Amino acid sequence: MTINEQQDQIIEDFSFFSDWTDKYEYIIQLGKDLPLIDEQYKTDDNLIRGCQSKVWLHADLKDGKIYFTADSDALITKGLVSMMVSVLSGYTPKEIADSDIYFIDKVGLSSHLSPTRSNGLLSMLKQMKMYGVAFQAKQN
Amino acid sequence: MTSNHTIPVAGTLDILRARIDFPLLQELVYGKPLVYLDNAATTQKPLQVIEALEHYYKTYNSNVHRGVHFLSQIATEAYEIARRKIAKFINAAHEYEVIFTKGTTNGINLVASSFGRHFLKEGDEVLISAMEHHSNIVPWQMICEEKGAQLKVIPIDQDGVLKMELLDELLTDKVKIVAVTYVSNTLGTVNPIREIIQKAHAKSIPVLIDGAQAIQHMPVDMQELDADFFVCSGHKMYGPTGIGFLYGKEKWLNAMPPFEGGGDMIKTVTFEKTVYNELPFKFEAGTPDISGAIGLGAAVDYINQTGIRNIETAEHELMQYALDKLSGIEGLRFVGNAKERAGGISFLVGDIHPYDLGELLDKQSIAVRTGHHCTQPLMDFFGIPGTVRASFAFYNTKEEIDALVKGIEFAKRMLA
Repeated sequence: MTINEQQDQIIEDFSFFSDWTDKYEYIIQLGKDLPLIDEQYKTDDNLIRGCQSKVWLHADLKDGKIYFTADSDALITKGLVSMMVSVLSGYTPKEIADSDIYFIDKVGLSSHLSPTRSNGLLSMLKQMKMYGVAFQAKQN
Repeated sequence: MTSNHTIPVAGTLDILRARIDFPLLQELVYGKPLVYLDNAATTQKPLQVIEALEHYYKTYNSNVHRGVHFLSQIATEAYEIARRKIAKFINAAHEYEVIFTKGTTNGINLVASSFGRHFLKEGDEVLISAMEHHSNIVPWQMICEEKGAQLKVIPIDQDGVLKMELLDELLTDKVKIVAVTYVSNTLGTVNPIREIIQKAHAKSIPVLIDGAQAIQHMPVDMQELDADFFVCSGHKMYGPTGIGFLYGKEKWLNAMPPFEGGGDMIKTVTFEKTVYNELPFKFEAGTPDISGAIGLGAAVDYINQTGIRNIETAEHELMQYALDKLSGIEGLRFVGNAKERAGGISFLVGDIHPYDLGELLDKQSIAVRTGHHCTQPLMDFFGIPGTVRASFAFYNTKEEIDALVKGIEFAKRMLA
């Protein structure tokens, strides 16, 4: 699956939710299911500080692909983090750097990416793409 | 406590009637009636204030103090009447002791910078408290750093109450000014500012009171409090944003250098020397927020008509009701347990992150604030990432508190 196919899959999943409670219950569940980031990576270096919630993001390059692990101290943020990790993890640095993340908007969660929300999510998305750019530069 | 909450009448106030004055309270959020419990951040505005702004722009918008023409005179008069209303509202000895500012933050920066530049020197101390808003910490830190002075802090206990027994030893000869909040924006604690002012004055130390969370909740009287400086924001007292005021005793304001230079604050300007204008204009450089000041005057009228004592009684009843109802939620703990409190209630539920709770309350059309409330040192003291804060205005009802309680229970189930 491409990154966009991953995103389209999430958009389709969300289309079955009839109200906000279904949507948020799903996100909360994703948050609970997100495999925890290895404790050694939960460092200040990997910390993306939002005003409201914190996000930790770690990236590994294996066989030319980037694998992300992440965590957050807030459950809803964690659920959203989980979606981003599942969409972008396992792709090449170039694919990640060039990606256009549109699913958040399409499933009606764009407010979570607003800078005023200050939950660390927007910074995390930028950071994920930065890893793509950085690893790409390293490979060349 | 009276508990007849089907008829929201507190004291002599008819709350349902009063709510009609606030157009925004009639709005729907996510298709449901808004439950607005973020009044410590900003209050909603009554029609009287909105109309005063509109009336100004529609009929007499003009620059103040400088024009001889008709409109300028009307605008100047309205602007100065607003100052008079505020002076009367807080019982200032003189109108010119009321300086219009952009808000509380601006007022504290004015005093920290202007007083600090003139009166602080190396080795001096500025005394604040552990529950201050960042706006009553950072301006002092900045001037202390510049002057080589030290910032000292009155500590608090686990209930969020100032450790007053330590005040005497903290009030050393090095302290040049004390700056404390009247009411904590995060904890709702009402501080014993009379005692603080008295003790500081006994050592001839002036006191600045951050009144941002007090003036909308209780009567404040400058002659009775004897504060040297008192700062407020208009938008937290039913007025417009971008306007506030600083009250300062004449003797201090006269002794302090101007904060900003520019138009209106001067008497004469040559390239060699500028002679500053007298109070209050010395501290009001540039074209002020004329409409804001007039709007704030209208807000003061509104509070006077409603009656600050009536507001205090209604809010006290709401507060008691909310404390009672919220404490019935399993796992809920209050952050701040002061006996004397006003404005807001901070809490946490089990190990639920405040952001998650705030998010799920928002989806239920309940507006609360989550996070550190610009009091990070206070969050560090309690060892928490933030709190959920419900804060009240007199127009809130017991039904809205019930909705909050229901909303929290629902969110709890979702996050379990």
